[in-house]
Amino acid sequence: MKPSAVDIETPVIEVSHVATKFGQAVVHEDISLSIRRGEIFAIAGGNGCGKTTLLREIIGLVTPSSGTIRLFGLDSRKLEMGDGHPVHRRFGVMFQQGGLFSSLTLAENVAVPLREHTTLSAGLIHDIVAAKIAMVELPPDSAAKYPNELSGGMRRRAALARAIVMDPELLFLDEPTAGLDPIVATAFDELVLSLKRLLGLTVVMVTHDLDSLWGIATRVAVLGRGSVLGIGTMQELARSDDPIVRDYFHGPRGRSAREQAAQNGHSRHV
Amino acid sequence: MEQATISVDRSMIHCRGAWTLPNLVQLERQIQTLRWPDGSDVRFDTMGVTAMDTGGALLLQRCLSHSPRNGQGGAPQGLRPEFADLLQKVQLQWPRPDQGAVARNTSWAEGLTHLVQSRQAAAVRALAFIGESTIAFGRALRRPRSIRWRALLRFVELDGVRALPITGLLTFLVGIVIAYQGAEQLRKFGTNIFIVDLVGVSLLREISPLIVAILIAGRSGSAYAAEIGTMKVTEELDAVRTLGISPMNLLVLPRALALVIALPLLTVYADVVGVFGGMLIALGELNVSFVEFVARFEEAVPVRHFLIGLGKAPFFAALIALVGCYQGFQIRGGVDDVGRHTTISVVQGIFLVIVFDAICSILLNWWDL
Repeated sequence: MKPSAVDIETPVIEVSHVATKFGQAVVHEDISLSIRRGEIFAIAGGNGCGKTTLLREIIGLVTPSSGTIRLFGLDSRKLEMGDGHPVHRRFGVMFQQGGLFSSLTLAENVAVPLREHTTLSAGLIHDIVAAKIAMVELPPDSAAKYPNELSGGMRRRAALARAIVMDPELLFLDEPTAGLDPIVATAFDELVLSLKRLLGLTVVMVTHDLDSLWGIATRVAVLGRGSVLGIGTMQELARSDDPIVRDYFHGPRGRSAREQAAQNGHSRHV
Repeated sequence: MEQATISVDRSMIHCRGAWTLPNLVQLERQIQTLRWPDGSDVRFDTMGVTAMDTGGALLLQRCLSHSPRNGQGGAPQGLRPEFADLLQKVQLQWPRPDQGAVARNTSWAEGLTHLVQSRQAAAVRALAFIGESTIAFGRALRRPRSIRWRALLRFVELDGVRALPITGLLTFLVGIVIAYQGAEQLRKFGTNIFIVDLVGVSLLREISPLIVAILIAGRSGSAYAAEIGTMKVTEELDAVRTLGISPMNLLVLPRALALVIALPLLTVYADVVGVFGGMLIALGELNVSFVEFVARFEEAVPVRHFLIGLGKAPFFAALIALVGCYQGFQIRGGVDDVGRHTTISVVQGIFLVIVFDAICSILLNWWDL
């Protein structure tokens, strides 16, 4: 679906002054950021800095201790999970482990949102599912397989197919390339980029894959010490004075990822 | 929300509105009832399409392929470039793959072959498991130090000691039930004292070993299957193997030996509690005092009944433990597989216990025991 003119002005996601505590452990002290329509927004940061927790708060799986999160202008605390609120049709989530239902085949997994939320005919559902499976570049014969018969990369693609089956406006990816080999990971980045163009998606991804950050992210927020240490394009962040951000991007891996991105000439951006 | 429409004007098909998921149901119906223009010169005007998603693109593609000239003349006019990209993507995998790719249809003969083959493979695996565990048991007997006594004692506590309250309560109640049922009949004949024979023989020989075994199959057999299965799913079993530790030795033997020790002990305990339940009813319903009951018990219930009941318990225990562990090792896939095999372990465990008990009854009857 294409946004109307009014929508472009308001951010898709607005996180303001969010704090999160689990018992004594403080995950976030004060996090504020806003995500615009049509961008690929990456949430980066070291292990345990609360990236995934922030993502889970945005989609309403975890309630922050204080602060507000607005998703399409709607307070995410009011977004009681699992009661079929219409906002659920407007975003898709790809979980780190896939979250595929192990008792259903790949095609049935992808069809679940359509069966739950629409009254489409079985034939059309089948067509849409087949189209989505083709879009994530899975072979058609994998449709009848069960999740435990798929490789890790295929499971990731299947989860992506299920996340985009409703043609959502907003796509959340939790560590999309973690544990994939570099070739598959790059292909996955390309896939996200092409789907974003094709379906007009806004993508929010949690990642610490530096190649993805340089390759496809429009803007990046670096979390650390319970707050946002830096936010902006990779070029802006690379000039940051913050020691953690510097370490993050100027370590040996950060440098090589940057050189590679420079060679590719950032041409992958829209 | 904006509607999606399709209409025919002579040889021109006009598509308008938002061709997106919420509108697709009624759009598909419109397309089905549409009167297709005759003649081959069908054109599509898609200028009025304001929004389109994958489902909408698929429906448009359906219309395009429906028209006889889906070559150059059938190309939609005025489609926005972003929708045209989507349509092109959808066209790439058109004509759609066979429905059979999703739902395989198999003949009954194929199904039967598959069933026999899988049963055969399962039987071979079960035999292999029995063999492996027997070898491991033999090795452990020769080298008792290799038995993991700490784990074994833990399982004796978990599956024996902690099961005392529930087995006690259950056999106590069963003792009461048997005595009640017997009391009514015996009172008619004035043979009140035979309540001792009834309660004593049936409980000691058959009922309490069976009740305990069934309870333990549900309590421990299922736990064994779920524990080992979860370890398999989380790759803990693979880790155990690569560390050079035998899963048989680490997981199966302590569980099996613990049950073999615990089940006879539980049976004795159940005998005592069950007979006590019978004694209470004998006193209340038939005026048989505790002293009379115990005195009669010594002469009416030969010790062989107790020994037969007790002797069956270790076999029950071995069956339950081996079935539980075996089902645990059979778990392949994910979460629902754990549930399925846990259920199978309980059902098979109870089944085998009762079959074994029946065989024992027949054999012992032949030998007049």
